[in-house]
Amino acid sequence: MALNLDPNFSEAGKRYFTAYAPGDDFYEMLIGAHRDLSDEQSELLNARLILLLANHIGDLDTLRQALTVAREGV
Amino acid sequence: MLKTYNYPKFEYRTPPEIASGQTLKVPVVVVGAGPVGLGAALDLQLHDVPVLLLDEDDTVSVGSRGVCYAKRALEILDRYGVGDAVCDKGVSWNVGRTFFREQEVYNFNLVPEADHHRPGMVNLQQYYLEEYLAARAASRPNIDLRWKNKVVAVTQADKTVTLKVETEDGFYTVETDWLIAADGARSPIRHQLGLDVEGKIFMDRFLIADVVMKAEFPSERWFWFDPPFHPGQSVLLHKQTDSVFRIDFQLGWDADPEEEKKPENVLPRIKAMLGDQCEFELEWVSVYTFQCRRMGSFNHRRVLFVGDAAHQVSPFGARGANSGLQDVDNLGWKLKLVMDGKAPARLLDSYSEERIFAADENLVNSTRSTDFITPKSKASRTFRNAVLGLAKDHAFGRALVNSGRLSVPAFLTASSLNTPDQAGDAFAGRMLPGAPMDDAPLQDNGADCWLLDKAGNRFIALYFTDDAAVLPEPTLASLSNLSRGGIAVKPLVISARPGQRSGDIPVLEDPRGIAALRYDAKPGTVYLLRPDQHVAARWRALDAQKVRAALARATCNI
Repeated sequence: MALNLDPNFSEAGKRYFTAYAPGDDFYEMLIGAHRDLSDEQSELLNARLILLLANHIGDLDTLRQALTVAREGV
Repeated sequence: MLKTYNYPKFEYRTPPEIASGQTLKVPVVVVGAGPVGLGAALDLQLHDVPVLLLDEDDTVSVGSRGVCYAKRALEILDRYGVGDAVCDKGVSWNVGRTFFREQEVYNFNLVPEADHHRPGMVNLQQYYLEEYLAARAASRPNIDLRWKNKVVAVTQADKTVTLKVETEDGFYTVETDWLIAADGARSPIRHQLGLDVEGKIFMDRFLIADVVMKAEFPSERWFWFDPPFHPGQSVLLHKQTDSVFRIDFQLGWDADPEEEKKPENVLPRIKAMLGDQCEFELEWVSVYTFQCRRMGSFNHRRVLFVGDAAHQVSPFGARGANSGLQDVDNLGWKLKLVMDGKAPARLLDSYSEERIFAADENLVNSTRSTDFITPKSKASRTFRNAVLGLAKDHAFGRALVNSGRLSVPAFLTASSLNTPDQAGDAFAGRMLPGAPMDDAPLQDNGADCWLLDKAGNRFIALYFTDDAAVLPEPTLASLSNLSRGGIAVKPLVISARPGQRSGDIPVLEDPRGIAALRYDAKPGTVYLLRPDQHVAARWRALDAQKVRAALARATCNI
C-alpha cells in the first residue's frame, strides 16, 4: 500500500468547517499527551506510540516507506 | 508620531449636564470607542436605537495594532457603512511564505474563492479602521459620541445602570437601561463590577515594529521559524497599507521591554532580517504580551461585555477585532427586540452562549497557533521542527504547520435559537442551521448585486424558485403575511429565471445558480435568516406556521 502523504485526519461523526481543523485536533492531542513529562519520559512515550501505530498499520511495505521518508529528513 | 499617518484629534465638547447638574437618562450607553465599541453603536443605529458612546481618549489606536480584517468582519463593516472604505484602503495579499532556519520550506497562494463580494482578508492598520468608524458614527443622528469622557464608577441596581463620568470640566451622572462594555482587555467596568475573567497568560513577549519600506517589497506574508537572524524565535512580516510593513519578533519572557524598544536595539534586528541593501524607516515600535482568557458569562443583568473586555486571545489568526465585531453583530438585534418588549431578556443569554462558543473556538485556535510557534517543551519543539521538515516535501506536513489560522466565523450549530432540519428534509452543503450565510452574486432588475448586501438587520424568509413570475397566489400571500407579525420577517425571493416583481415581494435573480448551489436550494426551499446573517432554520417547502415557530424559537418567544 502506498504511504499516504496527503492530509488524512478526520473523526467519525464530526463535521469540520475548515480544512485545518482535524489536523490541528490531532496535533493538540499529540502535544497534550506529553504534558508534564520529563524529556526521557517523552522519548519513551514516542517509542511506545510508534510501536502501537506500526502494529495498527501492520503492512510492512507501508512501514518501510514511512521509515525511509522519516530518515530522509534527519 | 508616524510619518505616514496623521492622527485625528476628535473634539471634546463640554457635556451640557455639567452646567445643568442634571442626570442624563438614556436607553443605551456604549463605553469604549475602539473598533468594537464603535461597531456596537453603528449596529444599534441600524435598529434606530439611540446610543451614548463614551471614550476616555480623543484619537484612534496608536500604532498599527490590529492589522488583519477577515471576510466576515468586512461583511459586517459593509452593514455599518465602512466596508468599502476599509477594502479600498486596505491591501490584499495572497502569497504566504514559511521559512525554517535558512530556507523557505513552502509557500501558498490563497486565491480567493470566486463569487464572494469580499476577500478572505485585507490588511489595514487599526487606526484607519477606527478613523472610518468614528467618522461614520459622527455622521449618524442617533449616536452621541463623547470623547474625553471617562467612566470612573459603575453601579447596577434593579433596572438601571448608573455611571459617573469624568471630564476636564468636572463630573456628571448617566442613568441607562443598558450598558455595553467595550472598554478593552483591562476593562475598568469589569473590575468595578467585581467580575472575573479566567484563562492563562502566555509567558512570552513580542516586539512589534511598523516599518516604512523605501523600495518596492512584495505584498506577501512571511513567517520564519528559528531564522538565522533571530535564532530560536519566530518572526512575522506582514504587509500593510502606505508601504508600511508590520514585523513581529518573538523575544521570549526574559526580555526587558523598555530595553528592546530602543531604536538602537530594534534597528539591528530589522537590518539583520531585511539585509543591508534594504532601506527602511522605523515608524512605530512596541512590546506586547498576551493572555488567552474569557469571562464566564458575557451578560451580567443589564451590562453586556463585548470584544476584548469579554475575551482575549493571542494575536495569531486575527481573532481580536474580528471576533469583537461579530459580538456586536450578534448582540444588536437581540438587544433591540428586548428593549422593544418583543423578546424576553433571556434572549441576551443567547448572546453570551453563542459568543462564548465562538470565543472558545477562537481560544482553541489561537492557543494551538501559539503552542506551535512557541513550543513549551523539548518534545513539543522536536515535533514542531519535524513538521517543518516534512512540510518541505509532503502535503500532510504543510497542513500541520500552524503559524496562525485565519479567523473564520463560528458555525453556531449547537445554538438553542436554531430550529433543526425536520426529518425528511435532506440538505447538502454547509448552510445548516447556525451557519453564517455564504455570499452569492445575484441580479436585481438586471443590475449586479450580492446576497449579503440584501440580507441582514432583520429576519428574512429567503424563498427559492425557478420562476418568480409564476408563483402561486397562496405562496405569495403566505410570504407577504410573514412581514405582518409582531416581529416582521421580510420575504425575499431568489429566482433562477429573470423574474418580475411578485406584488410587493422583492425578487433577485440567480442566473448562474450560485446561490442555489451554495444553499442547496430546490424550487420551494425556504431559509429563515437572522438579522446577523446566520441561518435560523430551513425547509424544503414553505409553511408559514413553521416559519413563525422557528422565528419564535430564534427570539426566545417559546
